[in-house]
Amino acid sequence: MQQIINFIIRNRGFLLYLLLFSIAFGFTIQSHSYHKSKFINSANFLSGGIYNSVNNVNEYIHLRTQNELLQEENNQLRSVLYNRPDSLQNTFIDSSYSGISYKFSPAIVIKNSYSLSNNMLLLNRGKRDSIQQDFGVISSKGIVGIIDNTSKKYATVISILNTTSRISAQLKKSNHFGSLIWNGKSPHIVQLTEIQKIAPIKKGDTIVTSGRSAIFPKNIPVGTIESYNLDASENYYTIHVRLFNDMTSLEHVYVIENKDVEEINMLLNNPHE
Amino acid sequence: MNSIVLTHASRFILLVLLQVLILSHINFLGYINPYLYILFIMLFPLKNNRVIFLLLSFFLGLTIDMFLDSGGIHAAAAVTIAYIRPVVLKFSFGAVYDHQTMKFSNVEFGSKLTYIVILTVIHHFVLFSLEIFNFYNIILILQNTLFSSIFTIILCLLTTVIFNRRK
Repeated sequence: MQQIINFIIRNRGFLLYLLLFSIAFGFTIQSHSYHKSKFINSANFLSGGIYNSVNNVNEYIHLRTQNELLQEENNQLRSVLYNRPDSLQNTFIDSSYSGISYKFSPAIVIKNSYSLSNNMLLLNRGKRDSIQQDFGVISSKGIVGIIDNTSKKYATVISILNTTSRISAQLKKSNHFGSLIWNGKSPHIVQLTEIQKIAPIKKGDTIVTSGRSAIFPKNIPVGTIESYNLDASENYYTIHVRLFNDMTSLEHVYVIENKDVEEINMLLNNPHE
Repeated sequence: MNSIVLTHASRFILLVLLQVLILSHINFLGYINPYLYILFIMLFPLKNNRVIFLLLSFFLGLTIDMFLDSGGIHAAAAVTIAYIRPVVLKFSFGAVYDHQTMKFSNVEFGSKLTYIVILTVIHHFVLFSLEIFNFYNIILILQNTLFSSIFTIILCLLTTVIFNRRK
């Protein structure tokens, strides 16, 4: 017993180093698996507050470009609104059924990163604004990511520029779908894998979300096909997609809540009830 | 004693804020960032309590991790260089360090450069290995280590030179 205690006292530096290193290593492993980074994240009072106050100043620098983006989006929405083929007077509205299954709420990105291999964003909305894990995040141009952790006032987002993120996406014209992943290289290019070999694809085709994941609605724009090649087994295409979104300058985003997600998950998990 | 604690506490906070608010958003050529916060570990007093030093380094790394949402990679890298610092000190300063008379403000430039280079390269190698976490991408790890190290070393040297002048 005496010897064991002596050994511990003599090597306490090394043992402490091993302990601390393994704790840090544990956190690292955790952060690499989906939705597990519970303890160390920036959605807390201290780092969220600091990022928020710095962003309050930085916002002014990008005010002009952000305004132009918002105006462009308004313009697009207006042209959709006033050019509807059958306008309101012909449609019968059943007021007892609110057909809304997706709820949008605006948020501001207060911390953005795109140079690491696992990038996370921080939003200035949290549980207080009824934002929860697994909500989708889009900007006016296209998809941004999925909510990971939330605190009272802040939320972290797994960016699509994260090697652990997988989002279901499809070809706009033919409905062939696959998973959107990122290889960690360019912040403007993501990869769409597992597209069947028979799918007709061409450079410049549009990729949209598939609506199969209950996180994003269908037809949210992702990007255009930059190049493509067959994978090693020669059964599936791997497509390099150029994003519509400039992930390096994000400010105004929208958080999407799918109201039907519980119903869908219940149906998928208990198919025989 | 109190003034030393105060100096190092304020250095800790300043370096963390500088790192997370400015240096981690430089993204020179797309991905190159300096990690200046390790200066805290490099300039920590030589006569120290080993346990406290290791715990402080771990805490420094963890704070950076919290801000950058990077799991525990900075904590692991910081605690590694804190652990091997005595060996590196002995290697780069030799007899001066053994006699316990050394001060960072009056050592010769060559040995200081060796000291900073070794610690920076080891830190960055551990950091990028854990971040990329895939030894198939060893080229990417080495490339990131090399470029970011150059950036960090230049900044470290500049900072130490500028802040020594004043004394």
